[in-house]
Amino acid sequence: MRRFLRPGHDPVRERLKRDLFQFNKTVEHGFPHQPSALGYSPFLRLMAIGTRSGAIKLYGAPGVEFMGLHEENNTVMQIHFIPDQCQLVTLLDDNSLHLWSLKQHGGTSELREEHRFTLKGPPGSPPSATQVTAVLPHSSREVLYLGTESGNIFVVELPSFRVLEDRTITPEAVLQRIPEDNCNRRSCELVEALREHPKNPDQILIGYSRGLIVLWDLQNNKGTHHFLGSQQLENLYWQRDGSKFISCHYDGSYTQWPVSSDNRQSEPLENTVPYGPFPCKAISKIYWQTTKNGLPYIIFQGGMPRASYGDRHSISVIHGSQQTAFDFTSRVIDFFIIFSSDPAAEFDDPSALVVLAEEELVVIDLKSAGWPAVQPPYLASLHCSAITCSHHVSNIPLKLWERIISAGSKQNIHYSSMPWPIDGGTNIAPDPPQRDLLLTGHEDGTVRFWDASGVCLHLLYKLSTVKVFLTDADPNDNMNTLGEDEWPPLRKVGTFDPYSDDPRLGIQKIYLCKYSGYLAVAGTAGQVLVMELNDEDAEHVVDHAEADLLQDQEGYRWKGHEKLKTRDGPVRFEAGFQPFVLVQCQPPAVVTSLALHSEWKLVAFGTSHGFGLFDHQQKRLVFVKCTLHPSDQLALEGPLSRVKSLKKSLRQSFRRIRRSRVSSRKRRGGGGNASEVQEANAKFDQDVLQEMELAPVQRKIEARSAEDSFTGFVRTLYFADTFLRDSSRHCPSLWAGTNGGTVYAFCLRVPPAERRMDEPVRAEQAKEIQLMHRAPVVGILVLDGRSTPLPEPLEVAHDLSKSPDMQGSHQLLVVSEEQFKVFTLPKVSSKLKLKLTALEGCRVRKVTVANFGSCKTDDYSENDLAVLTNLGDIQIISLPFLKLQIRYPCIRKEDVSGIASCVFTKYGQGFYLISPSEFERFSLSTKWLVEPRCIVDMPEVTSNNHVHKSGTENAARKSSPGDCGEDERKSERLMEHALLNDEKVLKEIQSTLEGGR
Amino acid sequence: QFGAEFRRFSLDRYKPGKFEDFYKLILHIHHIANLEVMIGYADVHGDLLPINNDDNFFKAVSSAHPLLRVFIQRQDEVDYSNFGTNTLSRKKKALVTLRNDNLRRRPHINISMPHDFRPVSSIIDVDILPETHRRVRLYRHGCEKPLGFYIRDGTSVRVTPHGLEKVPGIFISRMVPGGLAESTGLLAVNDEVLEVNGIEVAGKTLDQVTDMMIANSHNLIITVKPANQRNNIIRSSRMSGSSGQSTDSTASHHSLPTSHMLQNFHPDEMESDEEADIVIEGGLEPQHIPKLHSLTSSSLSRINGSSLSHRLQRDLVLNNSSGRESNGNIHKLLSSLKTDPRHSLVIPRGGIEEDGTVITL
Repeated sequence: MRRFLRPGHDPVRERLKRDLFQFNKTVEHGFPHQPSALGYSPFLRLMAIGTRSGAIKLYGAPGVEFMGLHEENNTVMQIHFIPDQCQLVTLLDDNSLHLWSLKQHGGTSELREEHRFTLKGPPGSPPSATQVTAVLPHSSREVLYLGTESGNIFVVELPSFRVLEDRTITPEAVLQRIPEDNCNRRSCELVEALREHPKNPDQILIGYSRGLIVLWDLQNNKGTHHFLGSQQLENLYWQRDGSKFISCHYDGSYTQWPVSSDNRQSEPLENTVPYGPFPCKAISKIYWQTTKNGLPYIIFQGGMPRASYGDRHSISVIHGSQQTAFDFTSRVIDFFIIFSSDPAAEFDDPSALVVLAEEELVVIDLKSAGWPAVQPPYLASLHCSAITCSHHVSNIPLKLWERIISAGSKQNIHYSSMPWPIDGGTNIAPDPPQRDLLLTGHEDGTVRFWDASGVCLHLLYKLSTVKVFLTDADPNDNMNTLGEDEWPPLRKVGTFDPYSDDPRLGIQKIYLCKYSGYLAVAGTAGQVLVMELNDEDAEHVVDHAEADLLQDQEGYRWKGHEKLKTRDGPVRFEAGFQPFVLVQCQPPAVVTSLALHSEWKLVAFGTSHGFGLFDHQQKRLVFVKCTLHPSDQLALEGPLSRVKSLKKSLRQSFRRIRRSRVSSRKRRGGGGNASEVQEANAKFDQDVLQEMELAPVQRKIEARSAEDSFTGFVRTLYFADTFLRDSSRHCPSLWAGTNGGTVYAFCLRVPPAERRMDEPVRAEQAKEIQLMHRAPVVGILVLDGRSTPLPEPLEVAHDLSKSPDMQGSHQLLVVSEEQFKVFTLPKVSSKLKLKLTALEGCRVRKVTVANFGSCKTDDYSENDLAVLTNLGDIQIISLPFLKLQIRYPCIRKEDVSGIASCVFTKYGQGFYLISPSEFERFSLSTKWLVEPRCIVDMPEVTSNNHVHKSGTENAARKSSPGDCGEDERKSERLMEHALLNDEKVLKEIQSTLEGGR
Repeated sequence: QFGAEFRRFSLDRYKPGKFEDFYKLILHIHHIANLEVMIGYADVHGDLLPINNDDNFFKAVSSAHPLLRVFIQRQDEVDYSNFGTNTLSRKKKALVTLRNDNLRRRPHINISMPHDFRPVSSIIDVDILPETHRRVRLYRHGCEKPLGFYIRDGTSVRVTPHGLEKVPGIFISRMVPGGLAESTGLLAVNDEVLEVNGIEVAGKTLDQVTDMMIANSHNLIITVKPANQRNNIIRSSRMSGSSGQSTDSTASHHSLPTSHMLQNFHPDEMESDEEADIVIEGGLEPQHIPKLHSLTSSSLSRINGSSLSHRLQRDLVLNNSSGRESNGNIHKLLSSLKTDPRHSLVIPRGGIEEDGTVITL
C-alpha cells in the first residue's frame, strides 16, 4: 500500500509548502554590464540606461527602478524620452525603433514595450537609405523625426509609427535654397544631429555630417537659414533662448552661430579649439548652459590633444575662468546635464552633470565649489575591483549598523552633500524588514560593506587590508597631485580601478560576527586577519603569528607565491574595522575556509594543506592539522597552477574571439550593413563551433580514490557545542571537512571567562570520518535535540535565539557534493541520507540553513536547507528528514561564475553575479521579498488613458504572482539570458574547462 | 555445531609455512580432525575470502592486522558465492546473495561456479529486461583495478509513434586496457548507456551521467544496449512484447521495468551495498578492531517498517532449507562483527525505498 503514498503528496504538507516557498528573481543590484546608451527625461526626472544585450533600465529616486528587455537582444544605440510623456523610444543596432511606456498596473508602474518599427525604404534602395542616425521626438508628442545615413529625414507618427511620406525632408529639398557653389549633393549625406528650436516648435535644426547645418521650417516645409561649417560635424546644441546654437566638430573645435531673422546665411560668432593648438580629438557632444550671473557653462565630451591625451575619457566643464577636464576611468558612453526644467525660467542654471561611463555612473555637483562628485544611491560599481568572494549577514543589530555607517561616513567626506538629483517616481515598497549586510571581498584586498536591506544596494563602508602589508605600490604615489598650471586641467573621477597592485592581497573568505563586531578576513596568500570595530582612528601594532600547516612533513616544496611582507611597527588605521592579529599560513596557499567563534574567541582557517585554530584572545596558535595525502603533489606545487594556465589560455582565446567580432561589427560609420555583419558573426560562431566539435567530448568514469589531487583541501570549518565524546557531557568542538570526503572533529577545552587569559585553550582530535564516496565535504552542521541547527555564537546571549536543546540527542549533518548524510552523536552512525548525485546527476555547490516563515500565519516557521547545484538549480531540502521540498531552476548551468558567486541569506533570499558588476537578487521565501515597487505619476499633465482602479496595496501584491507574474518572470529570464549572447561559445568553453578537471 | 566457537592462536607472521600445515593445525586446535572444512578469512575490506592453497594463505597472513580472523565452515555447508562480495560487513547483502543463489544455482549446482574467486561483474535481471538490453553490474570492492571506461554524447535512433526519431544518447566511447570494464567483456565501445543504477539517463547531460556513474562507482549497475547484438541470449517467448522486436531500442525502452527500480537490486541491497563510512574514534591510532554487538539487538532492530514483508520472506527461505541454518548463523555472527554499528538503525529513505514489488521471482 505504501507505494501509493508517494512522499511529497501529503496534501497538508503541500499546502504548507505553498505558504512557505516561492521563487522570484526580484531585482538586479549594481551597475549594468556593457551599457551602450543613456537617456534622461527632465519631465519625469528619470534616467534610462540601455545595454549591449538589449536591456533598458530606468532609474529615478532611490528605490524607483524599472527594467525592460528587447526581444532581439541587440545593442541599444539611443534612448529618447517623448517630451512630457511616460514614454520613450529606443533605437537598436538592427535599426529597429521601439516605443516603451510606463503604465500603472495594480498600484505600481510597469515598463512595457508598446510598438516596434523598422524604417523601410522604397524597394531596391540601399539599406543605408533608411539607417537611422538621429532621432528627434518632437515636442508636439505626435511625431518623430528620423535622420538617416542617406540624408533623408523621415517623419513617423506616434504611437503608430506610421511614416508620413509627404513630410519627408529630402536632401534635394534642402539644397534647393542653398547656393550651389557652397554645397553639393554630398553635403547632405548622413544626418548627424536634429534639434528642435527651444522656443518655436515649428523649427528644427538639421546638422549634416559634412558640416552643413540647416534651420528648417516645418510649417512651410523649407529651409530658412543655413550655416556652413568647415569641419565635420559631431553634434549641435541650442541656447535656451533660441538666439544662438553651438556646434562641435571632429577636429576638437566648437562654434557658436547666431540665428537672426534678417540674415539667412550667418557667419560663426566664435570658433574655438579648447585644447589646441595641436591636433585634438573630436568633441562628440556639447552643452551650453546659461546662468543668472551671465557666465555660461560649456560642457563637452572629448576634445583632448590627440597625441598626449588622446587616450583619456574626458568631459570638460568650462565656467568663466574655471575649467576642469573630468578624467573617467573608462570610456564615456554618454552624459547629460540636469538643469532647470521649468520652461518659464530664464536661465538653465545647471545643477549636476551625469556621466555614464562604461564601468560606472559618475554625477558631478555643479552647484558646489570645486564641483565634487555625488555618491549615487544605486548603480554601484560592484566590480571597481573584481569581486573575489561574498558573505551575507542578516538582521544586523542597530548598534553595529550605526557604527558601520558612522565609520563609512568618515570615508565619504569628499562627496557632495547634494541630494540625489535624479528623483523621479515614488517608491511605495514597504520598508525593508531588517538590516542586512552584504560583504564583498575584492582582488585589491578590500572588503566592501553594502546595505543589502532594500532595492538599492548602497555602499556603507569600505575596509582595506592593504595597510598591514608592504606592497610594491608606494602609498605616496598619488595620481591626483596636479600643479596649478597643469594643462589640460585633468581631474580623475570615479572609483573603478580593476588593476590590483598585488593579486596576493585578494580576499577569499570573510566572516563577520554581528553581535561582537569581530571580523575575520582571509586572503590569497594565506593571510588571516582578525579585526575589531573601533569608532576612533588608532595606531597600533598588528600581532603576527605563523601557522605551519605542513608540520613536520618532509620533502615538500611550495612552488607557489610567497607570503605577503608585513609592515613593521605600529600602523595607523582609520575608524572602522582595525586588524589586531595576523595569522600567516605556511605554505602561503589560498585560504579556502574560515570560521570565527566570537564567544570562545577562536578563529579557524584552512588551506589546501590543512587547517589550524588560533586563539585570538591569548594570541596563540592552538593547533594545526595537516590534511595532505602524501601522494598529493599537486597541492604542493602552488595555487592550482595547471588549472590556472588552462583558464588563462581559454580567456585569451575568448578575448580574441570577441575582439575580432567587435572589429567586424564596426558600427555604422564604415557603411557597415547590419545584416551583413550579423551574417558574418553567425558564420564565425559556426566556424568556432565546428572547430570545437571535431574533438569529441568524452568523460572518464573512475571512482575517486584517496590518491586524487587536492583531497586535503579544507572546504568547510564549523564550531559547535555538542556531544562529541559521550552523550552526557557536551563540549566545544571544531569540525573540518575536506575535498577528499574526510571530516575531522576536534574536542576543544576553552577555559571559563574568568581564567580565559590564564589557561591555554586545548584541542584534541576526537573523531575522523572518512566518507566512502569521497566527495568533497561542503557543509557541516549540528542539529540539537529538537533537530534545530545550533544557534550562532552569542545569539543566545543576546536573547535572539532559544538556547539549544542539550537534553535530546544531537545529530550531525554532513553535506558533501554528492550526498546529505545525518549521523547520530556522539557515536557517529549513519542515520539517514539523501543521495543527490547518484539519483539526479547533479552536485551541491552551495548549501545554507535558511529559515522560512509562512505567509499565512506569523507563528509558523521552519528551517530547511537551501541548496544550489552545479546545474544551477535551487533545491529546498527539509531538516532533519532530508526530503526534497521543491526545486527551482535559477542560474543557467553554463554560467559558472554565477553559480560560484551565489550566496544565500538566513531567510531564504540569495544573490549571484549575472555579470562582473551585477548581483541578481532572488527570493525563495513567500515572506521575505525585496523587490522594487514604485509609481511614476505624470506630473501636472493629466492623461485620461491612464485611469486605473487602484486596489489596495495588498490586493495588488496578491495578484502579482498570478496574472502578470508570468510575463515578468519571462522577461527576467530573458534579461539574464541576454547578458551572455555568446552562449554557444561559452558553453563550449565551459565544457572544455570541465573536461580539464 | 559450528555455531560460535572462538579460538585464538598465534602464528609466525613472517614464516607462515604451508597451507597444508595450517589446515592441519586448524583441525587440530578445533578438535575436528575428522571433518572436511572450508577455511575462510576476513580481509581488510571485511570480505570473507577462502583459504585453500598456499598463495591465499600467505596473502591472508600478510594482510592480518594484527589479528587474522579465520572462519571455519563444514565443507558441504559452504556457500561459495558468499565469498568475496563484501560478505563480512554486510549481513543483509549476504542474505540477498543467499537468496539469489538459492534460486539461480539450482540448474547447475554441480557445474561448480568458480567459487574461489571474487566476482568482478555480473549480468543481472536477464529475466526482466528486453533481449536487446543488458544490465551489467561492476563490483569494485577490494579490487585494485580501475573501472576504466569513458562515455560520450551521441545520437541514437528510436522508434516512436511518430516514426523513427533521432534522440541524444550516451555511449561508451573508450575502454581502458586492463580496466575492470574491459576485463568483464560485458561492455564494449559504442554500447548505448540507458540506465545508471536504475535511473534512466534520457534527458541527462554527459556531465550529469558522469557524476551519477562516479557517485555509484562502488557498485555500478549500468543498463546498456550493446552495439553488437549478436551475443544476446535468445529467450523463449516468455517475455511478452519485446521478443519480436529487432534492434530498435524504443519499444524495448518502453518495456523496461517501470519506475526506477531494478528487479534484483532492491533498496535494501543498495543501502547495504553502500559504502560504510569509516569512523575513527579518539586519537590518532586507527582502530580496526570492531566492537562486538549483541546478536539479538541487531537482528531485531533491523526488522522495521517497509521492508518487513520481504525480510520475513527471506527468513522463510532461510528456515526452509534446514541444512543452511548453521550457515545463516555464521552470517549473523559475521555481520555482528562488522565495524560499523549503524545498521542497527536503518531508516527507509523516501522514493525508491517503496518496495513491495521487489520479490517477484
